[in-house]
Amino acid sequence: MCSLALFPAPLPAGQSTLCESNNELLSGGGSTEDRLKQESSPLSLYFPRESLKLHCRTESSSKAAFLDHSETLWMRSAAAWRDGGFTGLLDEITNSNTEVPKWMSVSSGFTLALIRWFSSFHGSLFPHLTMSSEDMLAEFSQVLNWSDCVVRAFAWHPHADKFALALLDDSIKIYNPKSATTPTLKHRLQKSVAAVQWKPLCASALAVACQNCLLVWHVDPCSLSTRPSSGCAQVLSQPGHSPITSISWSPSGSLLVSASPMDTAMMVWDVAAESCVPLQRVGGGGVTFLSWSPDGSHVLASTPSALFRVWETRMWTCERWPCVKGRCQSGCWSPDGSRLLFTVQGEAVIYALTFTDSPGVPSCTSKGPQAASVVADLSETTFNTPGGDIIVGGEIQSLAWDSAGERLAVLLKGDPQEADRPAVIAVFKTRTNPVFELLPCGFVQGEAGAEARLIQFSPNFQHGALLTVCWSTGRITHVPFYFLSAGVPHFGLGGSPSLPRPQERPADFNQSLFTELAS
Amino acid sequence: MFSAEQSCWFVRKVICWRAVASIAWAVLLLPPITAVFVLLSRFSLLHPIQSVSECLSFLTSASAIFSFILLCGVIIMVGFLNLEYYTVIPTIACSKIALLGQLLHPRQFVNSLAHCIMGIIVAWCCAIAIGGRYETIAYPCTPGDGADSSHQMCLNELHFILLLAGAFVGLSHSMLGVIYNMNYVPFLTVQQYKYLRFKGSLPSLVKCSATQALYSVRNYIVVYFFLGYIPKAWICKTLNLHLNSSVHPLDSIAGLLDLNLLYQLWVSAGFLLLTWHVTLLLFRIFVTEVYSFPVQSSFTEDAHQCLPKVITGKQPMILKFLALQDLALLSQHSPLRRSEVFSLSQPGGHPHNWNAISKECLSLLNDLTQRLIAYHDTVATNGRAKSLPTGSERKTSSETSSTEDLMSPRPTFLMKTPASVFARSIVGTSQSPLTAPFTSPDPDSPFASPALRRLTAPADPWFGTVQSPHVMRRLPKLWSTPTDSQVNGSPPASPSSVPSPKQEPSKPSLLAQFLQNRKEQLPEASSQALFADSQAHIWALEGLTYLVQASFSEDQFGVVQTALPSILGCMLVLQEAVDRHFKLPHASSKPVRSASSLGDSTHKTLRFALRATLKTAIYRITTTFGSHLSAVQMSAEHRKRLQQFLENKE
Repeated sequence: MCSLALFPAPLPAGQSTLCESNNELLSGGGSTEDRLKQESSPLSLYFPRESLKLHCRTESSSKAAFLDHSETLWMRSAAAWRDGGFTGLLDEITNSNTEVPKWMSVSSGFTLALIRWFSSFHGSLFPHLTMSSEDMLAEFSQVLNWSDCVVRAFAWHPHADKFALALLDDSIKIYNPKSATTPTLKHRLQKSVAAVQWKPLCASALAVACQNCLLVWHVDPCSLSTRPSSGCAQVLSQPGHSPITSISWSPSGSLLVSASPMDTAMMVWDVAAESCVPLQRVGGGGVTFLSWSPDGSHVLASTPSALFRVWETRMWTCERWPCVKGRCQSGCWSPDGSRLLFTVQGEAVIYALTFTDSPGVPSCTSKGPQAASVVADLSETTFNTPGGDIIVGGEIQSLAWDSAGERLAVLLKGDPQEADRPAVIAVFKTRTNPVFELLPCGFVQGEAGAEARLIQFSPNFQHGALLTVCWSTGRITHVPFYFLSAGVPHFGLGGSPSLPRPQERPADFNQSLFTELAS
Repeated sequence: MFSAEQSCWFVRKVICWRAVASIAWAVLLLPPITAVFVLLSRFSLLHPIQSVSECLSFLTSASAIFSFILLCGVIIMVGFLNLEYYTVIPTIACSKIALLGQLLHPRQFVNSLAHCIMGIIVAWCCAIAIGGRYETIAYPCTPGDGADSSHQMCLNELHFILLLAGAFVGLSHSMLGVIYNMNYVPFLTVQQYKYLRFKGSLPSLVKCSATQALYSVRNYIVVYFFLGYIPKAWICKTLNLHLNSSVHPLDSIAGLLDLNLLYQLWVSAGFLLLTWHVTLLLFRIFVTEVYSFPVQSSFTEDAHQCLPKVITGKQPMILKFLALQDLALLSQHSPLRRSEVFSLSQPGGHPHNWNAISKECLSLLNDLTQRLIAYHDTVATNGRAKSLPTGSERKTSSETSSTEDLMSPRPTFLMKTPASVFARSIVGTSQSPLTAPFTSPDPDSPFASPALRRLTAPADPWFGTVQSPHVMRRLPKLWSTPTDSQVNGSPPASPSSVPSPKQEPSKPSLLAQFLQNRKEQLPEASSQALFADSQAHIWALEGLTYLVQASFSEDQFGVVQTALPSILGCMLVLQEAVDRHFKLPHASSKPVRSASSLGDSTHKTLRFALRATLKTAIYRITTTFGSHLSAVQMSAEHRKRLQQFLENKE
């Protein structure tokens, strides 16, 4: 089992990680040419907070700006029904007790009290139900400190060299190094974006998890328009299924699953037909995080309670996995879909589950493992650096595994209150033969004062793995890990098989991006 | 028609048993539903415990058991009707006239009548269950004048209104079934076990039944308020009953404002619809269950049951659909069965399995391409004034209307084409998609049997009017329908109805104009009708491309490689045709989501699903094979198009 004590010490302040080459992480000092080199690459972006036009006021608070206007009871009741549903209507009737008959106001007050008592009982079972939707998104997002993060969601395209990112001002930008246009997507319903993901086996479709609905944008890659109209977006919504905290496309591109902590059902969408099948399981009180295995056979669905499920996607049955301590915070699949790594809130370890699918045997026989094993211990470790002691470790925010299955990036939460416990990215090397194990690789650090918020591996980097990090300063950098893939290429049905061309010259995109550091 | 279907081993051995199983489950579910219904109808807030004990004692009484047996009979009948009327290819009416034609079709009339009668039976059982003042149709009463003391029987209008409500709800259920294509059996993209699928859709089913019952009861009350006196008078005359003048008549506002009556009507209608919907849902779930066909068999007598044989068959449609579904699933999930597809025949070494499957899938896709091109040509020429020298155009232009005589032998097969949206264009042309597998008569569509067609055509009271030459000339070429093709394409029985040019200047009648307007109202429907059977194409695309993808690593003998150019070519041509189709007006407009959840609307979005699947399918091949595709032979135009996919620019 790997622990943080085996890691090389973090870099002194001011130094940032540039890349991995020859099995070690190279760092650059604060020197200007290093920075220039990194910033000159076309995909390193910087979004200063000041450049974004933010909503100064949320919509619900705009009510106070208007004068109170007395309407008839019927109008007010209708408005209350529209805004607040049944409880809103009851509330309105109870409050306007001078206008309605006494028995009506008393009975509605009684009903309201009953409903509140019941919902508080329900809320005590599932405390997350009492949160506001913004808090809920921040709590269950894979992004560290989501509500204050400039880049709220990020997604590489699975086949092409382009990515989409959602910003704090609810807009989405699409960057493509080969094209000069940067489409900006805005939609009336696109609020509080929690996740974005490109549809596999499609060049144009981008799914966006919003506060109240799910949007699927169709952005024509050949179009020169910088502001695609909102007619390019399909709106998928289902009553009671909001806010959506996580989405995942099936690797074959045919289905999309979405999850909301408020809804005990997760929705399986047939996006083209705009129809959905709810898969309801009451235990857990909602679904927070979804991850589809790259071979398409399993889906991880975690709940706000100490329980997560692994769905088998052929007949859509699930295995329940109760956790001891907290809810499942994050998880990721190995490229062949046989191994699941996950982390649990309140614990500083990474667990592994192994699934062995017996081929050819029909349905529901995916014999799951009996228990999860601990593969890495990330408890707090103190490193002595020239700049003072740094404590690294603790709870884990998110996991990311590269598409070759060689590097595992772990975003550690740290403690925002204490200066010597920053959020760091620990990167492991993974090895599957002879036994599965994680080996230390190093810490990835950014410039001084920047904390990592979001990590993702690029799915098609030819020379190893390319880790994209969004920093708290609004900067987005890409850290390449150069290595030769040791394992045999995995031929999965769901994913595209990696073609055996290790000796090939780098594709032009990568050449323009990163000159290989020959040392 | 039915006998032809009966002869198929699959219908005999599988579909019938599935239907029987679904009916058995529906009958098993009847007791709990009935118990809930009795509880709801008899419950009283003031005496809760007493009413519950009354319910229990009623449920064990003889009359309850008798009515329960009746209800079981109704469920069995409904299940049988489901089996008889189901279809996997929806019949889409492209105009309101066509819809009217469907509603007035004799086959549909039988269905409506059966539902009407069953509605009355269920309502009678409901009346027994509710008890009290609803229980009997007649009660002894004293005549209003009170002169003679002899008792006579009076009509119990409460009982009567309930029976009529049953008939009305049954009828409207049957009619709505036609409008919402309730006899269409949709296949879901997400496979689930039967129990879980049923459990998952039960809440929406209950909700849908309750709302539909509410609307039906509302409509019924309006109808009864205005027309209720007719059946009332009739029943009084027939049964020699009297009307009690001391009681409020129910077809008045005061009489209908009886809250208890409205509640009982609603609960009864909800009960009726729920039991029927449960039967329908169970039937759909059982029939669409995946059936795993063997890919190859070691015994020759079972060869006709193997996937390559079954998939090429034309009849029955459900067999073909299930075979294609099985193909799509096996190509995706089962390496063992895939290896059987790629295997070579033992003596000879021919890839018979792969050849049969790929040929059938390609012919399906080619058929769709042809259909789209034909449709597009028809639409394109419609927009312009000049007529092309094709038969279809000549037919519709007034001066050459005599060509109809030449076509008289054709309409027999013309009518059989379910996708007769493009019927006009194929009439005169020699190259027509009639060779395609989908041209066989669809036994389940209301217009299937030629005998019945012959019945309908004269039955249509406006048949002659529509034949008026002016209307003929102005007939929209875009939105021709199965009924259209029948009306226009069938040879006129009498020579008098052959339009002659000299009649042309006469003004069209008002009725004809009205019909004309009604005809053009559902433009999107023709696009829907064009893709009505696209579920088969979607599976063919998925099955084919998953097999091709798997062949990259699993195909030991290279059997797939030889077919790769034709597969790519076929898909690229189809992609072009689909792209062109979606540029037409209305083709890309989204259908309105219907509130009724049971009238499944998946058939309305099949064309979008097909477009997405097609694109994904091409990408599946290009991402798997990558630059190897440059070694595949294809035309320069196709290569250019494929390059777009390779560069992720589509």
